[in-house]
Amino acid sequence: MALITVKDLAVGYETGIVASDINFEVNTGDYLCIVGENGSGKSTLMKTLLRLQDPIRGEIVTGDGLTRGEIGYLPQQTQIQKDFPASVREVVLSGCQGRLGWRPFYGAFEKQAAQKNMERMGIASLASRSYRELSGGQQQRVLLARALCAAEKVLLLDEPVSGLDPVVTAEMYGLIEKLNREGITIIMISHDISAAIHSASHILHVAKTAWFGTKEDYRSTHIGQRFLGQEGGRT
Amino acid sequence: MDQLITYLQYPFVVYAMIVGCLIALCSSLLGVTLVLKRFSFIGDGLSHVAFGALAIASVLKMNNQMIVILPLTMISAILLLRAGQKTQIRGDAALAMISVGALAFGYLILNLFSSSPNLTGDVCSTLFGSTSILTLTRQEVIMCACMSLAVIILFVLLYNRIFAVTFDEDFAKATGVRADIHNLIIAIVIAVIIVVAMSLVGALLISALVVFPALSAMRLYRTFRAVTICSAVISVVCAFIGIVISILAGTPVGSTIVAIDVIVFFICWICGQLTGSYNR
Ligand SMILES: Nc1ncnc2c1ncn2[C@@H]1O[C@H](COP(=O)(O)OP(=O)(O)OP(=O)(O)O)[C@@H](O)[C@H]1O
Ligand SMILES: [Mg+2]
Repeated sequence: MALITVKDLAVGYETGIVASDINFEVNTGDYLCIVGENGSGKSTLMKTLLRLQDPIRGEIVTGDGLTRGEIGYLPQQTQIQKDFPASVREVVLSGCQGRLGWRPFYGAFEKQAAQKNMERMGIASLASRSYRELSGGQQQRVLLARALCAAEKVLLLDEPVSGLDPVVTAEMYGLIEKLNREGITIIMISHDISAAIHSASHILHVAKTAWFGTKEDYRSTHIGQRFLGQEGGRT
Repeated sequence: MDQLITYLQYPFVVYAMIVGCLIALCSSLLGVTLVLKRFSFIGDGLSHVAFGALAIASVLKMNNQMIVILPLTMISAILLLRAGQKTQIRGDAALAMISVGALAFGYLILNLFSSSPNLTGDVCSTLFGSTSILTLTRQEVIMCACMSLAVIILFVLLYNRIFAVTFDEDFAKATGVRADIHNLIIAIVIAVIIVVAMSLVGALLISALVVFPALSAMRLYRTFRAVTICSAVISVVCAFIGIVISILAGTPVGSTIVAIDVIVFFICWICGQLTGSYNR
């Protein structure tokens, strides 16, 4: 049974459907990359997968005993305010909140998990720095460490590299690939199609009618060629 | 000084001080969350609602006015937090409507139905707080203390959750934190604080008690824990100094405390500017 199976899904808001006929499945260890134009509904789809909003039609089935607490999330733009006082350690630890249940305080286990994930992301030395004084790349790493605290099985990343320079972008992709090799299933939204196609195993192209398949198949489809060609022309 | 010592010999003055500090502590604790969530004005709106409720309660000549005030304020708090989450503008407008409406109706009701000989004085003291903290009744003191303690305990237990939800609500929800219930609890706690604080500083000045310590602490510190602790300390110290001054100089308690909060904010702001320019 697949980890996540999506059948005939339509997503959107009260104002209307944004994307429909989405069908795909994700298995343990997959690296799914979601591509599509601005406003095609990628973030909306991700929020629906996270159950932050209800699907308009269709269903999302989770298998392999995947529960909500095992999914980590890296939002596209956080509404985190510029002046929010928070240290890196506080932010990363807050990723463990979902596991606490009714316990009020973090125990040794959560603190260790936070420490481990900060080391994994190479930000352990920043632990007591203020989050808002970090660079964009460092902030993304902090949020990734927080997502890892929330989940060891599946990570949903919404444009993890937007606004980062090429060097940091490459580092970020490297980190994500490393996590994938360690066995974490990745679902990532990206505009950077060439990089996406380099590391992903599957592609979901969100449009009026969505397309899903392996990246090899994607290269040979009409829609894929057009999208790849466009991107190639621009860069 | 002598005068102060004479006053302190009455246990009642000491109780009043303790209550004042407890109220200041509670309101500053939640102030951090409210300021960070851009809900600073909810305190203000709710206090107006509480004023309206008080007017109704006193016209009905209820013995225990809390039975009316507390539930009405809680309901408004829940509605306002809901509206504030949907869209910024709608929440804003709802807040303005409710708060001004409640104020107007409250005053109207009092004027039409109240049999009190000193109506202006009554209204003035509910709006700006009692002129002297010594006019608090014993019952009020005990009730304030109990509610404040409950709020403090709740805050400590929910501290980590409050941080997670305030920092990034979507993430918290996505990873299984029950953010709705959390927001409900916060709304109820805010309502309790507003109602309790009304007897100290009065309806119009409550949001100062909620907002200023948090803003002052945010000038000085950069982590959530430090800001929370610092704002609690600032708030308690300001309340203490304010009460002492008001006893000695005979000034109204509420506005004295708020004036000191404002002064401390400017001191913190200057300190923040100085250390900030060093860091940069
Ligand atoms: N809260 C909302 N209410 C109503 N419509 C919305 C809301 N958020 C987004 N939309 C609309 O839904 C559509 C899809 O938005 P979405 O954010 O999912 O796009 P996206 O594919 O993630 O785009 P991008 O590449 O820019 O991130 C857009 O047309 C947008 O205007
Ligand atoms: Mg998006």
